[in-house]
Amino acid sequence: MGVKEFIENAKSGSIDIVEHTHRVLDESKKLAKEYNYFNTVSEELALELANNIKKSIKSKDSRIKNKKLFGLPISIKDSICVKGVESTAGSRILKGYRPLFNATVVERAINEGAIIIGKTSQDEFGFGSFSVNIGLGFKTPKNPVDPERSCGGSSGGAAGLAKKASFPHIAIGESTGGSIAEPASFCDIFGLTPTYGRNSRYGNIDFGNSLDKLGTLGKTCYDVALLEEVIAGHDINDSTTINAPVDRYSDLNKKNAKKMRIAVIKESFTEGLGPAVEKKVWGGIKKLESEGIKYEEISLEMPIRYGLAAYYMIGTSEASTNLAKFCGMRYGNESELEGNFNQYFTKIRSSHFSEEAKRRIILGTFARMSGYRDAYYIKAMQIRALMTREYKKAFKKYDALVSPTVPILPPKFTEIAKLTPLQNYMMDVMLVGPNVCGLPHLNVPVGYEKALPVGMLLTGDHLQEKKLLELGNLFEVEDV
Amino acid sequence: MEINESLIRKVAEVARLELTDSEIKKFTPQLREALENFSKLQEVDTKGVKPSFQPVEIKNVLREDVPKQCLTQEQALSQTKHKKDGYFKGPKVV
Repeated sequence: MGVKEFIENAKSGSIDIVEHTHRVLDESKKLAKEYNYFNTVSEELALELANNIKKSIKSKDSRIKNKKLFGLPISIKDSICVKGVESTAGSRILKGYRPLFNATVVERAINEGAIIIGKTSQDEFGFGSFSVNIGLGFKTPKNPVDPERSCGGSSGGAAGLAKKASFPHIAIGESTGGSIAEPASFCDIFGLTPTYGRNSRYGNIDFGNSLDKLGTLGKTCYDVALLEEVIAGHDINDSTTINAPVDRYSDLNKKNAKKMRIAVIKESFTEGLGPAVEKKVWGGIKKLESEGIKYEEISLEMPIRYGLAAYYMIGTSEASTNLAKFCGMRYGNESELEGNFNQYFTKIRSSHFSEEAKRRIILGTFARMSGYRDAYYIKAMQIRALMTREYKKAFKKYDALVSPTVPILPPKFTEIAKLTPLQNYMMDVMLVGPNVCGLPHLNVPVGYEKALPVGMLLTGDHLQEKKLLELGNLFEVEDV
Repeated sequence: MEINESLIRKVAEVARLELTDSEIKKFTPQLREALENFSKLQEVDTKGVKPSFQPVEIKNVLREDVPKQCLTQEQALSQTKHKKDGYFKGPKVV
């Protein structure tokens, strides 16, 4: 049963929400064990929320029937705070941290009747593209299509669960440099990363403050649209949220899509692109053409050529400052207070951060140090301005830009182990442009090649996520 | 600029990280490869370009100055075992 049908049935009273939630939790625990999709299954909270809904149905409170997520299981990436539920961003340094508050997106989902089922696994603090850069003591989620392969990252658990769960479910993930679209592509699902500032970051355990965007992952375009509609909007607790009205994203009209103009980014079809991915993405473009949507090919050099370097300089700089607060005091993992503060903080940080976190902290600290700041950090910010200019020019003429989401098919874990950190970083090449410039983007599944899923990326102008969803919605037919 | 072991050690110290010898040996060439690649940023002429610190322009945002409930002292201290007399307790400073 899909999300839409489930909510309709639940509202009509034909589903017992508490019984359903019990079944969902049983399957979640099984998936946590077999596929490592969860860092925590929040059984107690889920049952409490389910019982609350059941009670309000009995009390005949008419408002309950207007709830958009009525009894629907929703999972939350581990980097996003859920009150009373261990929230670690996949890092041992935050082991034991149980937030005293809900992130705004979680609060909004609960207010619309969501059942929060748990915290999904991820690369530590979001530092990765394959969910293999996990924190010490955590487990790597497996691809739902082939467990010997990666489900992508960093919102890997979210994407794997969205595909594999037999129950109706939508996931909340987070993207800094591509961490929603990339795993969505590897797991054959839709993944929406909205405009920077469209969704509140309040309660997100920060990676990069000027880059982090919370978004949604689900089996259909309607699913990601529905949850986005619930969580989006201005938030007094996050001064970077955009104070603009929220579209009715789930009200998707195929006729609107057919009037759109799209452009294919030439540079994204050149070096390093696997032939299987190329074939399927062109299949997706031809599908749009068959719907009457005109496309042209354009050149967009700056984001593809310099996006990656700009992204890693901005991302690691911001991450290295954000991670400075994790020092074994106030919350999270602690030790006996021995030595002076420098010795204690150094000991805690050195023993609880994994390798990739250390590498990124060093990269970012370097880029911000006196003598290098102008050449790396400030330069990257200037290049972001130039990249945005190039995108904005394209959006004067086109409603969406098209590229592959990831250049390769989901790799085996044995193949990933052979990559250098730089080769790992290169996986984000198509995704860093929209992420650095805060542009909304949507992964659209375009079918299988060699029995593995391929994703196509649609990128839109700021606050134009509705257009992307309407285009993506054309793919919700079995023939893809 | 040369990315060598002593530079990595120095940067790690600034970031309050103590790396083992094997971490230093492993990270140095990896970080050198990454930074050499990222140096391509220098090719771009950015003269007169205003850095974009935020992807979407924002102005100073102020909220109304009205008192509201925040965490109680007890709540704020509830996540740590290191506390004394209603305060967080940290390692010694000197």
